[in-house]
Amino acid sequence: MKKIALALAISLSGGLSAQADTLEKVKSSGALTMGVRDSSGALSYTLGEGKYAGFHIEICQRIVANLEKAVGKKLEVKNLAVTSQNRIPLVQNGTVDIECGSTTNNATRQKDVSFVLTTYVEEVRIAVKANSGITSIAQLNGRNVATTTGTTSVQLLRKHERANGVDFKEVFGKDHADSFLLLESGRADAFVMDGQILAGNIAISKAPADYRIVGEVLSVEPIAIMLRKDDVAFKKLADDTVRDLVKSGDMAKIYDKWFVQPIPPKNTRVGLTASDATKTAWANLNDKPAEDYAKK
Amino acid sequence: MNLDWQIFLADDGGGRTYLEWMLEAWRWTLAVAGTSWVVAVSIGALMGTLRTLQSSPWLVRLATVWVELFRNIPLLVQIFLWYFVVPKIFPAFQQVPGFVLVVFALGFFTSARIAEQFRAGIQALPQGQRYAAMAMGFTTAQSYRYVILPMAFRIILPPLTSESMNLLKNSSVAFAVSIAELTMFAMQAQEETSRGIEIYIAVTALYALSAFAVNRVFALIEKKVQIPGFIAAGATGGGH
Repeated sequence: MKKIALALAISLSGGLSAQADTLEKVKSSGALTMGVRDSSGALSYTLGEGKYAGFHIEICQRIVANLEKAVGKKLEVKNLAVTSQNRIPLVQNGTVDIECGSTTNNATRQKDVSFVLTTYVEEVRIAVKANSGITSIAQLNGRNVATTTGTTSVQLLRKHERANGVDFKEVFGKDHADSFLLLESGRADAFVMDGQILAGNIAISKAPADYRIVGEVLSVEPIAIMLRKDDVAFKKLADDTVRDLVKSGDMAKIYDKWFVQPIPPKNTRVGLTASDATKTAWANLNDKPAEDYAKK
Repeated sequence: MNLDWQIFLADDGGGRTYLEWMLEAWRWTLAVAGTSWVVAVSIGALMGTLRTLQSSPWLVRLATVWVELFRNIPLLVQIFLWYFVVPKIFPAFQQVPGFVLVVFALGFFTSARIAEQFRAGIQALPQGQRYAAMAMGFTTAQSYRYVILPMAFRIILPPLTSESMNLLKNSSVAFAVSIAELTMFAMQAQEETSRGIEIYIAVTALYALSAFAVNRVFALIEKKVQIPGFIAAGATGGGH
């Protein structure tokens, strides 16, 4: 609850102080605050002792390197762990300059913040026990379906239920590890969540061979790095960095490094090659919100 | 800062508005807290009384174990024990709904604290009352029923008020085991709507309102059951 109170206090007090021009701000202060996540799969996670790593963090580091060139001096980069609840207020009020986590770019959020070009496209999938015989969402009618509180998957399930007249018994984990435990302990028959989070949780489970990701893709969501709204110069710098990474082929290499190769701290593999949706996003770089993906 | 209260009238994708959802969540909070309160006070009164029975050392030990067990383990850990660990050992618990488990967890945790309040209340009474009851020829059960407990209950009303309000607020941990109560509503709805400030303000108001209602009910009870000359509502330094 502390985190919520903090976010509330900060957003109440800091509503007015947000500075739109990040380049000016870091030039005068010499410091930049990067919003990071404790456990957003291989996109952004902690190695312990205040160190953070992941696909989006590496891209952010490239952006910061270009920012240093642009302002002509070395910047002190501070990491600040954010949560789903406080990340948007913290970016809005200027506490966090660039958020490198797993934020879905959607139309509601675009009213409050800006997003860099989409670097990762998430597909919401279903994880089940391999021996359960479940292969599609239709088979989940009347079954217990786990998902994590505070994620868009909850709303997705609700919409799906209403649209198709099926009835899930939803059980909610307080975080992804908890939701996976629901599946593992048999309280839930399926776990519906972002593909890379499912893959990551299965990879670190006691018996990865016992679980399978099955069924249709329930939703496609562009995940992007988040910036303050209306900061044209910084957005351009970040977008250009992403464009260069794709052009030089580094984007695919960084992806491979975090999602295919073994990653620290335990040298496990997520084992998720770039999806077609992600490759399409790289080929046609854009910052369209999730709503535009749904229309297709 | 611009607040957008219209968000509560928006559809959440399942055919109800966020306001309807919040009120439903509020009902869950009250249901969890109310049911747990009944469990907590019944068991708490029993255990607290047992701890003062000087002539039955084994009952005292049993009650002491109960109190120490349930107050030395963090509440959230207890909830997870009930939800994940107990069903592993006793498979029958797999079928028990989360609501019941959370009521056990919250009820037992609070019962340990209420037991201590009852014990304190009973021991705060002058020994003379116990002796007077014995002199009247009352059995132990009778002296507790007619002399000690009615007095002790009045003495502990103020801490019992706080404890009941705490219980209501503690019910927020139920979100951890998938009860769709207010805290869970807040976390989920703010994610869906990106209007966290409005959602948290509304949820905070509902918690404060509910806790204050508990407070008022207890103030009323305190007033109704007061005995002139003894500790009573509004009296400065009552006593006996």
